[in-house]
Parts: sequence; structure tokens; C-alpha cells
Amino acid sequence: MANNSAPPAGGLIAGMARPAWRMFIFACCGAVALAGITLSLAKGAMNIPVSDIAAVILGQTADAKGQVIWNIRLPRTLVGALVGLNLALAGAILQAVMKNPLADPHIIGISSGAGLAGVAVLILFPHLEYLITPVAFLGAMAAAVLIYIMAWKGGIRPIRIILAGVAVSAFLGAGISALLVFYSDRVHGALMWMVGGLSARSWPHLYIILPYSALGALLALVGAARLNVLNLGDDVARGLGLDVEATRLTMTAVAALLAASAVSVAGLLGFVGLVVPHAARLLIGSDYRFLLPAAALLGAGVVTLSDTLARTMFAPVELPVGIIMAFVGAPFFLYLLRREP
Amino acid sequence: MLEAAKLSVGFGGAPVIDNLCLTAEQGRILAILGPNGSGKSTLLKALSRTLKPAAGAVYLDGKNIRSFSAKSLACQLAILLQSPRAPGDLTVRDLVEYGRFPHQHWWRGDLEEDGRLVEWSLAQTRMADMADRLVATLSGGEQQRAWIAMALAQNPRVLLLDEPTTFLDVCHQLEILDLIVRLNRENGITVIMVLHDINHAARYADTVAVLLQGKVFAAGRPADVINAHMLRTVFRVEADIWLDGAGKPVCLARGLAAGE
Repeated sequence: MANNSAPPAGGLIAGMARPAWRMFIFACCGAVALAGITLSLAKGAMNIPVSDIAAVILGQTADAKGQVIWNIRLPRTLVGALVGLNLALAGAILQAVMKNPLADPHIIGISSGAGLAGVAVLILFPHLEYLITPVAFLGAMAAAVLIYIMAWKGGIRPIRIILAGVAVSAFLGAGISALLVFYSDRVHGALMWMVGGLSARSWPHLYIILPYSALGALLALVGAARLNVLNLGDDVARGLGLDVEATRLTMTAVAALLAASAVSVAGLLGFVGLVVPHAARLLIGSDYRFLLPAAALLGAGVVTLSDTLARTMFAPVELPVGIIMAFVGAPFFLYLLRREP
Repeated sequence: MLEAAKLSVGFGGAPVIDNLCLTAEQGRILAILGPNGSGKSTLLKALSRTLKPAAGAVYLDGKNIRSFSAKSLACQLAILLQSPRAPGDLTVRDLVEYGRFPHQHWWRGDLEEDGRLVEWSLAQTRMADMADRLVATLSGGEQQRAWIAMALAQNPRVLLLDEPTTFLDVCHQLEILDLIVRLNRENGITVIMVLHDINHAARYADTVAVLLQGKVFAAGRPADVINAHMLRTVFRVEADIWLDGAGKPVCLARGLAAGE
């Protein structure tokens, strides 16, 4: 890049025009998502060839393979893809809203807010299980506002957000543990949440998350231009006529909605919202109109791939996908922390 | 016409801007001078509604700026703050396009008008050749021109600038000031700028306002305001002052004023 002209973000292939590069990256992210979904459908206790998968989905067979795909793998795969999409979008939004490259619904404590609210419903009011997502959303939103208030001291500093997030996370985590101890006879369902997994997720879970994913993704894309302006800094954004506080609040709510619905079906799945937006940002740049869709596709791919790995690596023992994500995500978090100036 | 009426701004303790009145005439250049901590930047932020006043109000053509929506105000008034930072992968064109944000609704606006104004802003600031370069890789003077281009893309009637020449060498300082004067003369944009250099203010501004401790110490034509008494009282320096060929004052500080 001798002339310093606009490189493709990341500058991996010099001389490629930016729109072409973006299309290329979209194609790559789409391919990752497609690969994740296909592998997730194909691999497991019974390996099913791709041609058979197509036949099953097109409704041409109804044998044992068809049963496995329709009843077990397809819903679980779709739930995983949406969870990944939601968490990636939530992370990308939070990173802009909190001006913090380390923001992630899990680290920030938003997931813990959703988790505590969700566990409380599961344990204290099991007959209200259908309310779990709205309640988890309220929990997530409350945690986000709490962190924001705690970190506010004449402005927002990235490190204070992380510290406030850790504190809130620990506090809410203690709340979850206390509930589990006091109601140890009812913990079975709730325990699943703590690690984050997709085991036994099926059609009902898909119907829980789908409307929130659709709404959240739509709102995120509509807000992309505002997030871009917010990225220029608060004062510049105000000068351009952006209502900075209102934008922060509404976009935090969108992130909380996305994260809470993911937590509602897959529990406390960490690091997706951290790793995926960063990878997408490295590839496609910080323009949110392109970053958000790329992160969404990549998130869907990463979670479905990780879940396939978690199911098959030690078969017949099945690891929760949260463990895989943590093994990849925690070192990445440390890497980002060290890069912080 | 932008007018501050009995404006006070504070951050808790003593007010930074204290019951201040100031008028910027339509189509003119107003330079704001003052020692460090006199409230210049704070005043500029209050004039642009970036800061909320504790008392008083700012009027744009007789209308309180708080009665405008944020976007409609940004369509008429643009502000360029001190050393803003752009994200690393932002090109000049990307940056200038953000200047169209206040004119856009949802995510679509008048694309033709947007494109026309972006090109016009790039041409006015002579950034067209550099439109596809990354802002972060430009020199200080070029970056400043890129940010001015963004403000121009807002198509404002009033342009506020906070020390637009700081950190630039003398050649680029004059380049920026010439650009600002040209924008003012050719497009009738009202300019209000905070300057450090008293001679620049004398040379380029139609009106000068001198701030001291949050109040206007003096305001008027440069020749009327820039004098030995003002420099001694406000900046606490002794200075020689003479008029150049165009009748503008030029001053050279000799040393610190004696005693308190």
C-alpha cells in the first residue's frame, strides 16, 4: 500500500477495491455460516451425507435419518445459529455504545442480568416459563443501566465499564448461586443455564428466540448509521445532531433484547459477542452498515461449528458449547486487554 | 445571527461562562480570544448546544437553539472541535459523508443532494484528490481540512471552530485561515472561531471578542479591541502594537506585565 489509499480493512489483499472486498468478505462469512449449519446437520452419532440432508429438508424422505434431522439436528442447529447471530450483534452494538473494544454481553454482565431473572422465573415461578424471555430482557436491561451508572463519572472510561461489569456480574452470579442453593430440589433446568449449551434444544426454543432475533437484527441494522456517527466521539456526534444519550439507551436496549433472548434458550454462553465482532471488524472495517451483517453471519457460523465440535469431539460424551467458546474466547480476551493502550 | 444572552455555563463549581452576552453578525467572522481557562471552548460548546447552559440562552436568528431538534440545528450550524479523532479505517470521503447525517432520515435521504454536497465540500477544501485516503494517514493540515469538509457537508449557515490552527506549522495555519475566509466570503457562512494567535484574529476576523474569566472583556473591531491595555489586563503581557498597511493591528509581546 504505497499510496496509503483506502485499503480493504485489514489490507489483506492490496489493490482490491473496497466494495469488491466487502462483497468478498460477506461471501466468506456466508460460507462460514453455511458450513457451520451443514456440518451441524451432518455430523453426530449418525453421520448423514449432505445429499441426504437436502433430500430430507425438501421432504423427500421420512426414514430414520429424516427423524434425526427434523426432530433433533435441524432445530438445534437453527437455535445455535440464531444464538450466535444474537450474541455477535449484541457484542458489536455494545462495543460502539460503551466505546469499549472489550464489551461483550457476558463480560459486561448483561447476560448475568438476564440469567438471574431467567433462573428466578424457572425456580420460583415455573408455571410462568413462557414469560422467561421478556423477564430475562428486563434483567439484562437493568444490569446494563446499573453498569452504566456505576461506570459514569464525568464520562465513560473503557476500563471502568469492565470493572463495573465484573462487579455487577459477580453480584448477579452470587444471586443465581443463592437461588440454586436454596431451591436445590428444583435446580435441574436452571443448572443447564450456567454453562451455556444447546443440548436438547428443539423447536419450542426456536420459536422463543426467532421473533426476538428478527426484531433485534432489524433494529440493529436501522441503528447502524447512528452507531457510525457515535463512533466519531460524543462531541462530534452531538455536533452532527445525534441525540447521544437516547441513542446509547435505545441501542443498549436492542443489545439487551438480543442477548436476553439468546440467554433464554442457550444460557450463559460467553465470548461469542467478543470474538466474533472483532474478527468481523478486522475483516470488513468499522462501518456498522457492513460490520453488523458480517458479524451476524460469522456468529451463526462460529456457534454452529463450535457446537458440532462440542457434540462430536468426545462422543458419546457431549460438552456444552460454552466450554469450547471459553477455551477460544478467554485467551482472545487477554490478547485484547494487552493491546489496550 | 447567533446571539448568546446572559449565558452561564458551569460544571458544578464556579461558572466557567458567567452571564455572558455576545452577538455574531450574519455573514461575518468573529474571533474569540482569551487566556487559557477563560472559557473559550466552553462558550463554543454552549453556542452549539453541545453543552447545556445553567442559565441564559443562545438564539439563532432570534430563535432559542433549544427549540430546534438536534438534527435541524445541525443542518444550520456546524462545529469543529479541537483535535477530533477518526476511526482508523475511515476514508476522507466516509468522514465527509457523515456530514450529511443531520439531513438524512432513517437511513435514506436525498442521495443526489448528499452526493453533490459531499463533492462540493471536498472541492472547497481541496481534498478531492485525497478523498479515498485514510484520515489517520493524513498530515495535520490535511486532517483539519478533512474535518472542515465534513462540517461543510452539513451545509451550515454558521460554522464554529475551536482553535482550527493549533498544532499546525505556519504555512498550514495560513492555509486553513485562508480557507475559512474564502468560505465566509464566497458562501456567506457566518464563522465563529476560537483562536490563540492574536495577530491571526486581527488579520482574519471582522470582529474580535476577548474573554476573561467567563465574561466578555471587550468586543468589537480588531483595531478597537486589540490594544496595550487589553493585552496587559487580559493576557498580562506588555506589547508593542502598530497598524499594518491595511489598518489592522499587529502586536509583539515584549515581556510579562509587571506585578499583579
